[in-house]
Amino acid sequence: MTTALFRTCPDTGFKIDLKVDKLIKWNAVTAIVFLMVGGVFGLGVAMTRWPAVHLLPADWFYLALTAHGVDVLLVWLIFFEMALLYFCSAILLNSRLAAPKVAWVQYGMMLVGALITNVAILQGDSSVMFTSYVPMKAAPAFYLGIILFAVGALMGCFVFLGTLYIAKKEKTYEGSIPLVTFGALTACIIAIFTIGAGAVILIPTLLWSMDFINYIDPLIYKVIWWALGHASQQVNVAAHISVWYAIAAILFGAKPLSEKVSRTAFFLYILFLQLASAHHLLVDPGLSSEYKIFNTSYALYLAVLASMIHGLTVPGAIEAAQRKKGYNKGLFEWLRKAPWGNPVFSGMFLSLNMFGFLGGISGVMMGTEQLNIIIHNTIYVPGHFHGTVVVGTTLAFMAFSYWLVPTLWQRELVFPKLAKWQPYLFGLGMGMVSVLMMGAGTLGVPRRLWDMSYSDAAMPYEFPAAAFLMMGLNGVFALVAGVGAIIFIVQMVGTVMWGKKKVPAAAAPETAAAPAAPARTPEASAVSSYGSAGTMEVPGTFVLALIFLVTFMLYYFVNWKYLSSVWGLS
Amino acid sequence: MAIFPPAKAVWWNEPVEKSEILWVVIALLWSLFMFFMMPYWHITGKQNLSNEAYRISADAFAEKTEAMADKYTVGEVGDTGVPIVAPPVGTDVYLYGRRWEWWPALKFKKGETYRLHLSSLDWLHGFSLQPVNINLQVQPGYEMVVNITPTTSGEFSILCNEYCGIGHHTMVGKIYVTDK
Ligand code: HEM
Ligand SMILES: [Cu+2]
Ligand SMILES: [Cu+2]
Repeated sequence: MTTALFRTCPDTGFKIDLKVDKLIKWNAVTAIVFLMVGGVFGLGVAMTRWPAVHLLPADWFYLALTAHGVDVLLVWLIFFEMALLYFCSAILLNSRLAAPKVAWVQYGMMLVGALITNVAILQGDSSVMFTSYVPMKAAPAFYLGIILFAVGALMGCFVFLGTLYIAKKEKTYEGSIPLVTFGALTACIIAIFTIGAGAVILIPTLLWSMDFINYIDPLIYKVIWWALGHASQQVNVAAHISVWYAIAAILFGAKPLSEKVSRTAFFLYILFLQLASAHHLLVDPGLSSEYKIFNTSYALYLAVLASMIHGLTVPGAIEAAQRKKGYNKGLFEWLRKAPWGNPVFSGMFLSLNMFGFLGGISGVMMGTEQLNIIIHNTIYVPGHFHGTVVVGTTLAFMAFSYWLVPTLWQRELVFPKLAKWQPYLFGLGMGMVSVLMMGAGTLGVPRRLWDMSYSDAAMPYEFPAAAFLMMGLNGVFALVAGVGAIIFIVQMVGTVMWGKKKVPAAAAPETAAAPAAPARTPEASAVSSYGSAGTMEVPGTFVLALIFLVTFMLYYFVNWKYLSSVWGLS
Repeated sequence: MAIFPPAKAVWWNEPVEKSEILWVVIALLWSLFMFFMMPYWHITGKQNLSNEAYRISADAFAEKTEAMADKYTVGEVGDTGVPIVAPPVGTDVYLYGRRWEWWPALKFKKGETYRLHLSSLDWLHGFSLQPVNINLQVQPGYEMVVNITPTTSGEFSILCNEYCGIGHHTMVGKIYVTDK
């Protein structure tokens, strides 16, 4: 079994199992292809919600929306996460991969599952949205595909855990696993919980769609489905935070300010992120306020606390590393002198900020029991999660791809100039999409709605002009983001296929993401020290964190004020 | 570096940087504050859901709704055939959603509190009262009771904001509120 063949990465010095090399490549490329498919559906949806354009007919709109949700939220993110799990285990630990055959089963099942569900959706009788709330029924193939996909992902999780075990046993590293691997482990543990919950609800639903079971309680469905649906978002969070740490390390040689604090923060995720399925049930009947408050707040907001900690420690690590290099002037020289033209950095830093300011703040607001009343199921909700999974996770994964793809394939990016702009186009475009949907949602515009002018309704309702304006601008910025997404996809596929072979010594210094460290021997680690050792204070980051906190507080209270103005409910 | 094992084998008793400790404390306090804000609003706020709910069949709920409409109908919304019902203050008020209508239309008095029962006869629907912006989930098989007190008057629309099939974007109902 220990006959794995390795190559040494010329950029990083990591020992790479040839089998894992291939698996990471296939998972990552497949992910990117599905991002493209899902992105096209997303553009179709956004162009339909632009009132003046109203592109698709109603049935196609609901079909496209279902396909969009499935292809981006599940297929793109989870395929990419499989690549990340293999990277964080085998490569970062210089180990061979446990059970490569099982890993190929993972890949195969996920691919087949994704295809089956896509075909079911395209056939037209499964436009049930990715949430597929019962008693609305999809074709059995819709659920079957998702189940296969999920079981495939579960295998990937086991291969990851197996690899950690092998690496420990074969002593391929010394001491504790790296922080990034620890973050990936967090994601993996939450993923296993998530897939378990998914099995509990989706298998009966499949049987029900085949008429073997005749009733599934819609409230219980929702409760268990969101144990899958919400917790899986925390897989994304843990994964993209690991990517932030990884990028900080690769680009800046940044050390965590404190291993202890960062790891504890990840550990809080494991303890509390399984909660919060109640985010989606705050205005449902049949659940008590005690349950709602406890669950929606992840106990005492302890997972939010963890995210706020990472929000400080990731940029803090970068600041500390930059200051060590001499960028010490004032509060922000370290940030001004950061490589803003390098998409690995700009993508990561935009992701970090927008995830916090857009996705994070809005998520806590709408996850508050009573505040949910003013936004539930409005288009505010998609606004929020385009601030989390799109400008947060997707953008972080894009940034990482700018490093991973040239490094693994040993090729240069095909369009390095365009690469500089891409994170800004996609990130800022999507950031505006997120803000505008939140704005329209605050005015009550529903999500998943084909026609906000209600021209086919028996009774009229007219939204204020501002709502129409925001949905129109939303379409415009969706186009901007769409261009960004296309550039990314062309860039990646192009690099893999036609990119110029790198000269082994890794000549390209900046845009292709310079090597982080030479081959590292255990002794080398003894030289490095804590990020916070010596004079290392991080005043700039601290100021940024305070700005974040003040924004958070203001926004939070503004919404309580808004709530207090609506009709009385008791 | 975060992609390598911790530099010091014993990383768990390394010192923690000052600004980091301070931030953890601030963030923890803010987290606790936000947590306690929810029970606090239950005590002092005027917008809380009652959590009163029952299981009920679609037929039984439709029957109760029709019985109420039979007694208190005062008109019709345009020529839609949907009755406008003005239940007296203090009685139970019923409203159901089904593909793709809210039934019946209701007439309330401003400042009075009504015991509003909501349910769905088929799939999930979303009760979204506009432009007030109150949004509730309506489940089939469950009867949710909310005590609702209109504080503004005029014509209000109930949009459906839970996707409920191809007619989702036509599902609009009405609540009228008169000044006393
Ligand atoms: C070009 C890129 C994209 C555009 C233009 C776009 C646009 C939109 C729009 C307009 C909606 C519809 C809101 C509604 O009517 O309810 C939507 C829904 C959604 N988007 Fe995107 N999006 C994009 C990328 C992504 C990505 C990368 C992800 C995930 C990683 C994502 C996840 C979702 C999800 C989960 C929904 C909800 C679907 C549902 O309600 O069932 N989107 N998107
Ligand atoms: Cu409806
Ligand atoms: Cu609907």
